[in-house]
Amino acid sequence: MSRSARRFPAAALALLALFALAPAAQAQASVAPSANSPADVHFMSGMIPHHAQAVVIAGWAPTHGARTDIRILCERIVVGQKDEIALMQYWLRQKGEPVPAADAMHMKMKMNGMEHDMLMPGMLNEEQLAALDKARGSEFDRLFLQAMIAHHFGAITMVDELLASPRAAQDDVVYKMASDVYADQTTEIERMEKMLATVPPLPTRP
Amino acid sequence: MKSTQLLAATLVIGLSSAAACATSSSSSSSSPMPAADMSTAPPSPDPRVGLRAGTMARWPKDTTKKMIVSPAAETQWNMRLLSNTTPAEPFIGVTHSDIAFSGPYAIQGNYDGYQVWDISNPRNPRLHDEYVCRGSQSDVSVYRNLVFVSGEAPSGRLDCGLQGIPDSVSMERFRGIRIFDVTDIKKPRYIASVQTCRGSHTHTVVEDPNDKSNVYVYVSGSAGVRSASELAGCSALAPDQDPNSALFRIEVIKVPLAAPATAAIVSSPRIFQGLAAVTAHAPPPADTAGRGGLGGRGGAPGAGRGGAPAIRTGPTQCHDITVYPAIGYAGGACGGYGLLLDIKDVANPKRVGAAADSNKSFWHSATFSNDGSKILFSDEWGGGSAPRCRVTDKYEWGADALFTLVDGKMTFKSYYKMPAAQTTMENCVAHNGSLIPIPDRDVMVQAWYQGGVSVFDWTDAEHPKEIAFHDRGPIDTATAGASGGSWSVYWYNGVMVSSEIARGLDIFELVPSAFISQNEIDAAKTVRFEYLNVQGQQKMVWPASFSFSRALLDQLERGNGQTPAKIASARAGLAAAEKLSGQARKDALDALSKQLHGDAQGAAMAPKAHKLAYSVGDIAKL
Repeated sequence: MSRSARRFPAAALALLALFALAPAAQAQASVAPSANSPADVHFMSGMIPHHAQAVVIAGWAPTHGARTDIRILCERIVVGQKDEIALMQYWLRQKGEPVPAADAMHMKMKMNGMEHDMLMPGMLNEEQLAALDKARGSEFDRLFLQAMIAHHFGAITMVDELLASPRAAQDDVVYKMASDVYADQTTEIERMEKMLATVPPLPTRP
Repeated sequence: MKSTQLLAATLVIGLSSAAACATSSSSSSSSPMPAADMSTAPPSPDPRVGLRAGTMARWPKDTTKKMIVSPAAETQWNMRLLSNTTPAEPFIGVTHSDIAFSGPYAIQGNYDGYQVWDISNPRNPRLHDEYVCRGSQSDVSVYRNLVFVSGEAPSGRLDCGLQGIPDSVSMERFRGIRIFDVTDIKKPRYIASVQTCRGSHTHTVVEDPNDKSNVYVYVSGSAGVRSASELAGCSALAPDQDPNSALFRIEVIKVPLAAPATAAIVSSPRIFQGLAAVTAHAPPPADTAGRGGLGGRGGAPGAGRGGAPAIRTGPTQCHDITVYPAIGYAGGACGGYGLLLDIKDVANPKRVGAAADSNKSFWHSATFSNDGSKILFSDEWGGGSAPRCRVTDKYEWGADALFTLVDGKMTFKSYYKMPAAQTTMENCVAHNGSLIPIPDRDVMVQAWYQGGVSVFDWTDAEHPKEIAFHDRGPIDTATAGASGGSWSVYWYNGVMVSSEIARGLDIFELVPSAFISQNEIDAAKTVRFEYLNVQGQQKMVWPASFSFSRALLDQLERGNGQTPAKIASARAGLAAAEKLSGQARKDALDALSKQLHGDAQGAAMAPKAHKLAYSVGDIAKL
């Protein structure tokens, strides 16, 4: 049995010709340098604190009187996002990049030579965290769902920003992580919106 | 292999192929055939727990990839590994994905292309062709002379190159369905690229019983929408802001069989529309009951991007759609829902039912029972990269949910999950499987990534039960997130073929046990398909045969459905008739059939006893 050669698809050739691109020159221009893609590294290291905060606030559900279906959702968020943190840490380690701690709550970013603590999109600030931590029962349910929906939308913004960046997600692991985040979190947003619609409204003050 | 110049690469490979010999190697399981296990108790302790791990190391030829250095330990129960075949070189260290079948060939997808195996001899599959063409996840289907391949990743190129695409907007990018003409399966011709806004994570080939000149492809995908500057018309706005939004819809591609290169999108059904309206007042709210029930959403505006209220109309896409044209339905596994679609108008599927379940994270794929009275939805919680079969992971999470399907209404019955606890180093969750054609029973083989392969009986949807398995230890414990295991395992013409993410191609056979008799296995082998895409479910029909009748007899015996004396007499009658030929055999079978109908009166399992009698009469007609 002999190995058959890779064939150059005629359709693709025709298309390339259509755009008047010289395939050889084009292919050469597309060769990625060996350094890690900054967009990938930014996404993977930024998503760790983003996930870490989700793990913290979802972890409050049992002690803050969340109702059953929200507790189930929270338990799954805790398990799911902890696993993803471990995968992202492993990827960063393999690539020789700085690895944020699994419980890092801020993204370390260097700007003009100074290191800053940044919140990734959708993350709660200290004040919002404190308010959520104080809430109990259906007030917790409401605040939590509102916060986590925004938090998940933030993750989707991060995926969108990643995919709009040059040299992004050419690595299968990064693309898989980004698409899993996108798929899981859009699904959860929809589920949480459904839950939010059934949380009793705030009591009106007399 | 990294190529920087495609034409040159073609040349180099072309030359090397002249000198190179087979790159695939095959190892048959050398373990002696174990004595059949006739116990109905599963092995205890479960031999899948604590299997020795293997190790991986960088592949010297391409250090960006890893290869297996020492294999993990393995174990099996009521099934047997016939062969494990390592991939062709371009696919070493690259994820193997789904499989489709045509004649003697298994077409195995890989993130970097696909391989065609001749599996005529399941103990020694032969590499027939390899086609390098990057674009995960390379979900594959086949229809007559056409092969369809899904591409989703932003690194996929129209020219199939491996070098990726650095630009976020590029006319070289391919995301969608690639079509190959495999009239000569050793020389596939890449004839069309149907680009879609969200690419294709999976797809489903659908035949229209009323339209023999076209075949359709339902495109599923959960990735984001690409820029309109890359593919005209793509919009990620909400449908109320842009009626042409690529969200909240599936794509249907029509492939004219006479001119497949002209395949194009013909419709983009919004099968999610109105999910809120259907279930606006449905209790229990948000699945507070926890299990099954009617899905849908409250329809309340939630916090949208930038604080603007977003009116969502259900999930934005499906992960996978399984069509069953024989019953006119499809099962759509779509975000947080399992949808039932009416596909009698193939180009315009309509949603007729929906289920949601707070124990399910991400509905992944659907399988109908052969008679269409049940449907199983799997939940790929965590996307398949995570270890979701640890002792701490709940049984009902990342599992299958089983529903009865009566008059288009789905009713939740139970969960099934591969029951052996796996380590934190093994990615494991419910994944792809297919029915095994055991007559009169719903038996399925399913892939659980590094959780191995599990065969289970879900005839009784309330009590699914594992009846066979194969598992290996972790592929490598030094690599967190080392992905491996069975992506999909499907029964095809007598064997179970598994696409092993890292280890290549596995082929298994069933071994007779207390749960499945040799006659049932033989009867299963009489069901032959010319081709098979598991997401396009075909009705299994058992031709009349001695195996089929004996399988029914075995089932009568197992279920105490007939008296032992009558079962013994029927077996003797069949054995005697089989020795005869011509008219004498026909006469003997007709007489036996008549006698069996008589015996069936008053049998504890009368319908099956009558079915047996008819089946014997059918052999007489052969």
